[in-house]
Amino acid sequence: MRIRILVDGKSFGVKQGDNLLHACLSNGLDLPYFCWHPLLGSVGSCRQCAVKSYDSEDDQEGRMVMACMESATQGCRISIDDPEAVRFRAQVIEWLMVNHPHDCAVCDEGGECHLQDMTVMTGHDHRRYRFTKSTHRNQDLGPFINHEMNRCITCYRCVRFYRDYAGGEDLNAFGAHDRMYFGRQSDGTLESPFSGNLVEVCPTGVFTDKTFKAHYTRKWDLQTSPSVCVHCSLGCNTLLGERYGEVRRVLNRYNADVNGYLLCDRGRFGYDFVNSEQRIREPHGRQAGAAAGEDLDQEAVLERCASLLKTDNSLVGIGSPRASLEANFALRELVGADHFYSGISAQEYELEGAVLKALREGPVRTPSLREVESADAVLLLGEDPTDSAPMLALALRQSVRQQPLREAMKAGIPQWHDSAVRGMIQDRKGPLFVATPVATALDDIATEALRAAPDDVARLGLAVAHVIDPQAPAVGGLAAAAQALAKRIAAALLSAERPLVVSGTACGSTVVIQAAAAVATALSVARAQTEVDPPLLFLTLSECNSLGLALLNPKPLAQLLKSGGKGVGGTAVVLENDLFRRAPAEQVDALLEGRSLVVLDHVPHATTERAHLVLPAATFAESSGTLVNNEGRAQQFHAALAPAAAIRPSWSWLRGAHAAARPLEAPPVSLEDLRNACAAATPELAEVWTPAATAEQTQTLRYAEEKVPRASFRASGRTAMHAHLNVHEPSPPADADSALAFTMEGFSSPDGQLIPSYWAPGWNSVQALNKFQSEIGGEQRGGDPGVRLIEPRAAGPSCYPDAAPAAYAARDGEWLVLALPRIFGGEELSNGSPALQERTPEARLVLHAEDGRALGLEDGDEVEVSAPGCSLRLPVTLLDDAVPGVAMLPLGIPGKGYLALPLRASIRRAPA
Amino acid sequence: MLSDQVQKEIRGELEHYPTPRAACIEALKIVQKHERWVSDEALQEVAALIGIAAAELEGVATFYNLIYRQPVGEHVILLCDSVSCWLTGCEKIRSGLRERLGVDYGQTTADGRYTLLPMACLGNCDHAPSLMIDEDLHQDLTPEALDGILEEVE
Ligand code: SF4
Ligand code: SF4
Ligand code: FES
Ligand code: FES
Repeated sequence: MRIRILVDGKSFGVKQGDNLLHACLSNGLDLPYFCWHPLLGSVGSCRQCAVKSYDSEDDQEGRMVMACMESATQGCRISIDDPEAVRFRAQVIEWLMVNHPHDCAVCDEGGECHLQDMTVMTGHDHRRYRFTKSTHRNQDLGPFINHEMNRCITCYRCVRFYRDYAGGEDLNAFGAHDRMYFGRQSDGTLESPFSGNLVEVCPTGVFTDKTFKAHYTRKWDLQTSPSVCVHCSLGCNTLLGERYGEVRRVLNRYNADVNGYLLCDRGRFGYDFVNSEQRIREPHGRQAGAAAGEDLDQEAVLERCASLLKTDNSLVGIGSPRASLEANFALRELVGADHFYSGISAQEYELEGAVLKALREGPVRTPSLREVESADAVLLLGEDPTDSAPMLALALRQSVRQQPLREAMKAGIPQWHDSAVRGMIQDRKGPLFVATPVATALDDIATEALRAAPDDVARLGLAVAHVIDPQAPAVGGLAAAAQALAKRIAAALLSAERPLVVSGTACGSTVVIQAAAAVATALSVARAQTEVDPPLLFLTLSECNSLGLALLNPKPLAQLLKSGGKGVGGTAVVLENDLFRRAPAEQVDALLEGRSLVVLDHVPHATTERAHLVLPAATFAESSGTLVNNEGRAQQFHAALAPAAAIRPSWSWLRGAHAAARPLEAPPVSLEDLRNACAAATPELAEVWTPAATAEQTQTLRYAEEKVPRASFRASGRTAMHAHLNVHEPSPPADADSALAFTMEGFSSPDGQLIPSYWAPGWNSVQALNKFQSEIGGEQRGGDPGVRLIEPRAAGPSCYPDAAPAAYAARDGEWLVLALPRIFGGEELSNGSPALQERTPEARLVLHAEDGRALGLEDGDEVEVSAPGCSLRLPVTLLDDAVPGVAMLPLGIPGKGYLALPLRASIRRAPA
Repeated sequence: MLSDQVQKEIRGELEHYPTPRAACIEALKIVQKHERWVSDEALQEVAALIGIAAAELEGVATFYNLIYRQPVGEHVILLCDSVSCWLTGCEKIRSGLRERLGVDYGQTTADGRYTLLPMACLGNCDHAPSLMIDEDLHQDLTPEALDGILEEVE
């Protein structure tokens, strides 16, 4: 409910029950704070947000209160400007600054520091303290985070985020009074996969981005753009920062529905592949039969394209789940829908099919990550999202708080009152049931965690569905314990307000995905006649544009390979894809044999090596485009820098090649035209990508014909940047693909999806975000980026499989080998980033400890894994918390190529 | 390595509490009783024994200034420097100790016999200045009285 409060005599509308600090900030008022954070709530410890509060109209005195600790009530009267409150706040900052070093000039936080901003805001500009300051020894916290403890102001945000919010255990507060220390028990890598958020959560320069430090630039000198993470299917929103042609860092870009204030460490530190020495920077041609090739200039390239593509009227095109929707569409246009193939493996195609079916035909809605956080009972089937879709794991960590939180709210404790809420709910957690083949990082918060082979996970899921809705297939021969567990899960889901089922493609099992969809369907049947909220179904996919590619209805790659490419033309065009990761080498070889191969990509791999023409494609950082995340949310990313001369976005290469080969058929188009054409040809897009909507992305209509500058107005050195080459300042690169410009000039207060960085007068830190939200923690002004493309069908056909799979039976001497996703080392692009490489553990096969003992193995011993078409040698990790007869093989082992997981293999100790 | 005795006592302590982490202060005190201080290794082992993260136990250990995370001498002298004792001359006692033992706050004598630490109120203000050596309280101090007190310890 909205109420009104009086602040310094002016009336403001606020949400009843919000704390006063939140209310003031939501109304755009400047009130300094430290310990409060919109995600973490209030603890009232720093005393920085003090205001005067008056009991009544007649109260002239007032009393000092902490704004973050008081609820806004109808008609309440406070003052920020009261001289005593002003003095009090200046004093607070003075004592917070007592031990603070005077090192802003050499501090990475300098110029985007909340402490600087608040110090200026309170007017404290003179240090009276004349004694020694306490100093600390810094720790080596690994490749991601730099530590500089002397700058700490003891606000406790770091530990409240790391421990309370993200469930990390290896960071803590040590000592007492002015010897407080925030760090690890001893030097060592911060283990939480969300550690990078400390960079933004800490209001000072204690925790800063170590990868950024390696090529540091002040915030105001970075050229920044709104982007989307390309390292998993969730599509978290990011801000990319560039200087001198290099991507320098990734920061969170707020999206209330997707990633909120946070990112995972893969997303934050995986960017460096863009700057890699390995990048393909020149077009490269190789005549058929020749071993080596040559670099080509633009004209020669297009000629070569034309000759390769023209001669052939049935080209074959292979798309990519990590290329933009526009690039995939441009390829489909070039080769024709009949010859457009999906660039994913046969297994993946089937898994995606199961997910798409659930999304498109099922009656259950896919929630956003924000909605996942507010689910109050969860069933997780098959995979550990910490490794496959990290931010989902963080959202699930919040969902287990929902039920206990309700108790706290019933007791009259406002949700923002963090210490009181935590004090009341203690260790209590709402229901989260986990059923996976191997231990997960969420087991610590799980109500019950079951270890089972995928088929048995699916059987459990279907048993739950059957308990909820007898129409779902019965599961024969289920053990009593599993049956009882199914009943407990069903009861928890049925009694919840917002039950959620989570699964995805990472577990490699379509039956598990079907089972997850079945549970969600059963819940929606059971709840159909009631008033309660419908259930939710969250399914992860493998790559950043898996769903976008699928929406273009590509044919399965396996079909093409099986036929050895019979009936398709003599030239294959491969878009941002290494086919040798997607299919057995013999099959790919057979396809490529005797064909001309054109490959567009930014990093070299086995497929580019075979190409007759390699076109250097722009990465996400140098191009604009659209990705569709697992939720079916189409989101635009915008280039942070213009690509180097010979590099072009894939869609532009493809259109250029198309025009060169068949000029009449493919006149030159803009990205906007291409989007409109794509929308017209794609049912899911037609309604949301109206010409008006696409025009907003690329044109300047929105802000009085002005573009939005990517550089800040105080960017320095623009005239000197290229002076070593030419003293004449070049004109800035044009950007026809977005409504942003590579300049300092233009419309500098954008909203919605075009915000290139957060800054407002007096607010230089990331917390300037406050000024861009319609309400703190709510939507951004101008709307949050992205549009949802897929909504559930009103009364869909039931999504039940015909029957339950048989229980998994381990055979003697044979193991079911499953893919094990890994947050670091398990994704193709981020694997090219040095900081992530440092965090990538040795690839080891995970075996159940008993199986290991039977083979006479100890942890770390080498084994041989053999199956038809597969022979691997690697060390083992033995785990009790796994399934006998099931082995887990890490994804993305470099040089290992394609493996048709899951597969059945024999495993034995490797001969010495 | 924690001695068997220490492990046994900690296990005994764990039985008194429904959640093991509640025993962490007692566990640290047990280590200290036997080893005089809590080393990094001991801290790691106690954390493993209780089943909590080392960082969590370290947070507790470093919060309390009477849990010693650095080696101390055979006897620890806690000299009160809080208000009453300060008014009644604890600084003189401090110099008296410095003369006799050659150590100041936070230091240990070369022979490893004594460690001198400041203490904020021993709750013995009516007999200020006061100090404590190990478990024994000494009150109404004068610098001269220190000789007798130290002899008593020897
Ligand atoms: S390290 Fe940063 S976040 Fe942590 S208490 Fe210090 S200033 Fe606050
Ligand atoms: S969860 Fe996925 S999309 Fe989000 S930051 Fe991490 S890798 Fe990127
Ligand atoms: S922000 Fe209110 S007391 Fe810290
Ligand atoms: S002040 Fe020394 S005992 Fe109280």
